[in-house]
Amino acid sequence: MARIGVFVCHCGENIGRTVDCARVAEALMDHPGVVTSVDYKYMCSDPGQSLIKKAIEEHQLTGVVVAACSPHMHEKTFRRAATAAGLNPFLSEMANVREHCSWIHEDRDAATAKAIDIGRTIIEKVKLNTPLETIRIPVTRRALVIGGGIAGIQAALDIADGGREVVLVEKEPSIGGHMSQLSETFPTLDCSQCILTPRMVEVYQHPRIKLYSYSEVEAVEGYIGNFTVTVRKKARSVDEDKCNGCGACTQACPNRKIPSGFDAGLGKRPAIYVPFPQAVPNLPVIDRDRCTLFIARSKGRKDACMKCAQACPKGGVDFDQQDRLVTEQVGAIVVATGYQLYSIGREQPPGLSGYGEYDYGDVPDVIDGLQFERLASASGPTGGKIQRPSDGKEPQRIVFLQCIGSRDPAKGMHYCSKICCMYVAKHTMLYKHKVHSGQATVFYMDLRANGKGYDEFTRRAIEEEGAQYVRGRVSRLYRDGEVIKVRGFDTLAGEPVEIDADMVVLATAMRPQPGIETLAQKLSVSYDGHGFINEAHPKLRPVETNTAGVYVAGACQAPRDIPDSVAMASAAASKVLGLFANEQLEREPTVARVDEGSCTGCFHCERVCAYNAVERKELRDRKGNLVKVVAYVNPGVCQGCGTCQATCPSKSIELQGFTDPQIYAEINALGGWAS
Amino acid sequence: MSFEPKVTAFVCNWCTYTGADLAGTSRLQMASNVRIIRLPCTGRIDPLFLLKAFERGADGLIVSGCHPADCHYNAGNYHARRRFAIFRELLDVVGLDPARITFSWVSASEGNKWREVVDDTVERIRGLGPFTAYRDLTPPAVSGAEGPSATIGGAP
Repeated sequence: MARIGVFVCHCGENIGRTVDCARVAEALMDHPGVVTSVDYKYMCSDPGQSLIKKAIEEHQLTGVVVAACSPHMHEKTFRRAATAAGLNPFLSEMANVREHCSWIHEDRDAATAKAIDIGRTIIEKVKLNTPLETIRIPVTRRALVIGGGIAGIQAALDIADGGREVVLVEKEPSIGGHMSQLSETFPTLDCSQCILTPRMVEVYQHPRIKLYSYSEVEAVEGYIGNFTVTVRKKARSVDEDKCNGCGACTQACPNRKIPSGFDAGLGKRPAIYVPFPQAVPNLPVIDRDRCTLFIARSKGRKDACMKCAQACPKGGVDFDQQDRLVTEQVGAIVVATGYQLYSIGREQPPGLSGYGEYDYGDVPDVIDGLQFERLASASGPTGGKIQRPSDGKEPQRIVFLQCIGSRDPAKGMHYCSKICCMYVAKHTMLYKHKVHSGQATVFYMDLRANGKGYDEFTRRAIEEEGAQYVRGRVSRLYRDGEVIKVRGFDTLAGEPVEIDADMVVLATAMRPQPGIETLAQKLSVSYDGHGFINEAHPKLRPVETNTAGVYVAGACQAPRDIPDSVAMASAAASKVLGLFANEQLEREPTVARVDEGSCTGCFHCERVCAYNAVERKELRDRKGNLVKVVAYVNPGVCQGCGTCQATCPSKSIELQGFTDPQIYAEINALGGWAS
Repeated sequence: MSFEPKVTAFVCNWCTYTGADLAGTSRLQMASNVRIIRLPCTGRIDPLFLLKAFERGADGLIVSGCHPADCHYNAGNYHARRRFAIFRELLDVVGLDPARITFSWVSASEGNKWREVVDDTVERIRGLGPFTAYRDLTPPAVSGAEGPSATIGGAP
């Protein structure tokens, strides 16, 4: 038998002014199941709470209704008070008679009648409340970071420095990401590798970081605090334990004219190669598509060449190495897979169209921003000399085009790529510093330099370094003998312009890495139409995803520059460390629960669940025969929306705290409205 | 005695309930005919709740949650939207005038909009008059003294 206590708060004058609190308390005293009903000036004050605690003990209450402000204000306060008096906190509920009644009505009788109705609905609900226990889930205090660019490196180091183990997975042979390819960075023009490579070494030497390079995430199972991750270690064809990084194999390889990915196709590398001298780990990898031996094998011929194996003093080259699958247990995952540049060649992935009119790929002297970085880099194919790819001549006039692909719905990308305004300004400066007689011209749509020191930087490019900025778009590029004709329109002058350029650099849009959708599906995180990972909330939860325990950092979430990526990575790391601060994770118990007896295994619930919280559970008899497969809600994953319950055709799934009987009781309580 | 409509509102906890809180904090005066039932999400709302409310004496209803793409639970409001799109088609079968139900999106920052939804709904229902079709079929309601009836939406 229910023994409900009702506590009506005046909130000073806030409720009492328009609601006759004494009358409300009196009316609710007559409601079936209510054993005590009182009003008090300030229920949330110490004496008010003591009054509730005393009543719980004195009247052996089975439920508490506080008619006061919004539950968003003081639900926790009164649940704590209930707990202190030995009552399960989830047996205490609030009837909102302030925000939803006294503050929005002037008629005292109407407001009082409404307050009584509100009280009745909550009383009826509380009668059916059941004690709920906070859910505790064990946490594996070890993190997985996917992606070894600057964001992944920062997240891994922060988590590891915070005392937790990290598994870092990088798909390329070396960590470092795009930042390792950059020459100098805006707005300070400090050398990218000088600031990055020490961090890379730190990762490699960190006792709490386990690095899987040349590896990819194959599968992810589990939920927050308890993920099982399968990592595919791709075959390097080099024994990691034997190799000492001497480089004899790469010197011996006769197949030396393969375009280098690290040099954005401008430099050459052998078939067995280390991507760049500062690579971490300093281990070579065989490009099996280009290696003479593997090409021979694929054609069914016997092994050929093998010069690298002969050159290796340690016998470390292993042509028979296979991909290996390893599993790791982690409690949190940081996604930091970074970006790729939109290729403006004629060949485009489905849904995107190219810029055939800009002749990229046909005219060698039309290059993209990353290629210019390699030209300007001291470690690049030209040793830092600005030379055009076609004939190696020093270009006297370079035209830079911004927003190539970005902010262009016709090309499939509506968004601003954010970094291009800045890196183009940087490129004009690097060019000027290296070719004093050179003239840089930039075609732009808008100059977006919104960061610390950013506007000053672009002003410097224009005012001190002599870059010529033309506001407008370029309609066509074409080769005319030695030069590239750039035809565009200057929208400020209102006239067409034609410039003869020696080289053209296209600032192409940032896009997420290829395959991001597949990875996102493995992790059950959502992504936008472009493939960027969605954050849980654009303002207040910028590094969390919609899947608990999975965080996001860097340019895989949206176009980001280095400072933003690093800040985001540190934020994600602090979230991970916060999660790892306790051995167990505490969750609100208002989650869904399945009645296995009546569940028919239709799994409509599984389809509507936005969190993949519904699992399939096999019920077996004593002999081990399968009786049926039913739904099981993982309390660690369920967020308590109740969509499954409204969907269940057999009413076999129930959201604790908002069960059907509870809600029908509220509706029924309104049957005899007081007004 | 003039007719005072009884309107029951089914709202989600995160957007509309909070929006109604904001209306209160902003002291926006509105009709006192609405009784709110708080649910975690519009995705939790079973259409049978609506029929039950009519059966128990409501003259009109409000169903309100987060705007599309704003759902606290990512997609609950989309499921609700699909569910109620179908439910609307069936209203005729169960003898209900669609004008008796307001479906709206009210965010946590839209206290003003909540007031408009409340006042507009109450005025519309006032014009439609009392809804008695269901009450005539069921025994008189006893205030809160019984559990859910088996006629509509009773839990098995």
